[in-house]
Amino acid sequence: MGTHNYNLTEQFEFTGKAKTLSFVAIAVGVLAIGYGFTAKELHERTFANLLLMAYYFACVCMSGAFFLAVQFVAQAGWSASILRVPQAMAKTLPIAVVILIAVMAAGLYTHNLYHHWNAPGLTDINSPNYDKLIDGKSAFLNVPFFMARQVIFLGVYCIFAVLLAKLSTNEDLTGGLNSYRKSFKYSCIFLVIYGFTTPIFAFDTIMSLEAHWFSTMFGWYNFAAMWVSSLATIAIIIILLRKAGYMSWVNNSHLHNLGQFIFGFSIFWTYVWFAQFMLIYYANMPEETVYFYKRFDHYEFWFYLNLILNFLAPVLLLMDRDNKRQENIMLTVCIIVLCGHWVDYYQMIMPGTVEEHHAFGFIEIGTAVGFVGLFTFTVLRALSKQPLIAKNHPFLQESLNHHL
Amino acid sequence: MSNIKYILGSFGDPDEMMHGIEKLQENNIKIHDVYTPMPIHGIEAKLGVKRSRLDILAFFCGITGTMSAFALIYLTSVVDWKHNIGGKPALALPDFIPIMFEVTILFCAFSLVGAYYASTHLFPGRAPRVMDLRATDDRFIIAIDAKENAEHSKIDGLLKDAGALEIKHNERKYISYE
Repeated sequence: MGTHNYNLTEQFEFTGKAKTLSFVAIAVGVLAIGYGFTAKELHERTFANLLLMAYYFACVCMSGAFFLAVQFVAQAGWSASILRVPQAMAKTLPIAVVILIAVMAAGLYTHNLYHHWNAPGLTDINSPNYDKLIDGKSAFLNVPFFMARQVIFLGVYCIFAVLLAKLSTNEDLTGGLNSYRKSFKYSCIFLVIYGFTTPIFAFDTIMSLEAHWFSTMFGWYNFAAMWVSSLATIAIIIILLRKAGYMSWVNNSHLHNLGQFIFGFSIFWTYVWFAQFMLIYYANMPEETVYFYKRFDHYEFWFYLNLILNFLAPVLLLMDRDNKRQENIMLTVCIIVLCGHWVDYYQMIMPGTVEEHHAFGFIEIGTAVGFVGLFTFTVLRALSKQPLIAKNHPFLQESLNHHL
Repeated sequence: MSNIKYILGSFGDPDEMMHGIEKLQENNIKIHDVYTPMPIHGIEAKLGVKRSRLDILAFFCGITGTMSAFALIYLTSVVDWKHNIGGKPALALPDFIPIMFEVTILFCAFSLVGAYYASTHLFPGRAPRVMDLRATDDRFIIAIDAKENAEHSKIDGLLKDAGALEIKHNERKYISYE
């Protein structure tokens, strides 16, 4: 293994087409959301879409921080040269969190976003709307405690995400092992917190949309979805950067590793999805089957599309070793997986918000495009602020010589 | 005609051995195989070792497992003896999937263990095929087929130049068959 002459001060310039396109996408999103608020009957649908994309945005960014933490705790060497991409995602997390909390607060206080548990009279025994089940859950599912949990969980994720990114910046400036040791320590703490709180975060944000139904698998099901979509996002950013002439040190072996991750966690997602589905199918208890009953009744197309995009496509396309090493195939699969998890979230959220009045039109596409634009803009801006490689990372040489 | 079957160059250092491989290849001497006590990066590419077909075998064994499990469940609980489980149809595919999944893994794992034993000639009760015992300990061995390459002294010289600590002329291929 010889020495390499890579430009370790290479910096991404966020200009030109990428910047223009991200602005155009944001404009489309603003237009779609604005259109959604013109007519009263579109409000709930717009809010459901806002929640979907805000949740997606926050999940991708916080899984970027999770990726960083996993690499540090595993003392992984291969990823040392690509860490700036998840770091940019982690740095964007505070913006995503503010948007998500704003959407949830607006939905709770001004609209009927969580109407299964947040509606007048549900917990009042004298009211005709009284719901014993919801009343029993109201110690946990009430607006102040709900918002407090969201703020605390997301706030803690933000602190760790920004901290891990900052430590890497310090490492660039001062060198030495100090930053690495600190990153390792904070990553350990972060992983424990993250592991215990993400299921609750998913229960709150998504599962409580249908508060009568519950599943203990739901947290891991959402975790798998956010983790695999984050991996796909990291891979897309790296591939596009390479196509634009940056990150010449990333070779097929790095891509292969990301491909294995995406392949493996797509299967993990399916495993959790199926575990949840099969137990409900097998036990056949009305209070559980209601969840899939709704989805079969009005969302059959989305239900099957979800499995095709998130399971069949990655498994068939990424099973072959050589496919994982080819940029264009990886790019295609990553885009399929990202669309797939949009569909996944769509059929998680819509039946509990707009029920059978769901649609797929300008609001859905526009909101999604807008958030993609926002993500592109914020992440690429964060990425352009420092060199594309952490030059003092102790495992950098291992990563540059990575070979599978 | 000598009875020497294999020439073994025994190296104490992996870099010197890699250098030895280069030297032999420059002189168009075909290398039979290389034995090392630890994995060495990039050696497959250098020796031109073909990519393992283990994944293909794993795939087909796995598929066999899937089919076998499906056939077993289908023949027993759909064709032969229908069960009423929770009022579901006899062919309730979601119920079959965990079993099909597990049998896929079982077939795959067992056949790969079998393939490993077959390809390495390791089997309980059978003497392993070893050309030089120290290759499992602290030496890096390059083996050259002496019948195919006639210039034995030239090979010896090349190995020695590259830093071989010891050169053996073996009259039998595997010294472990006693």
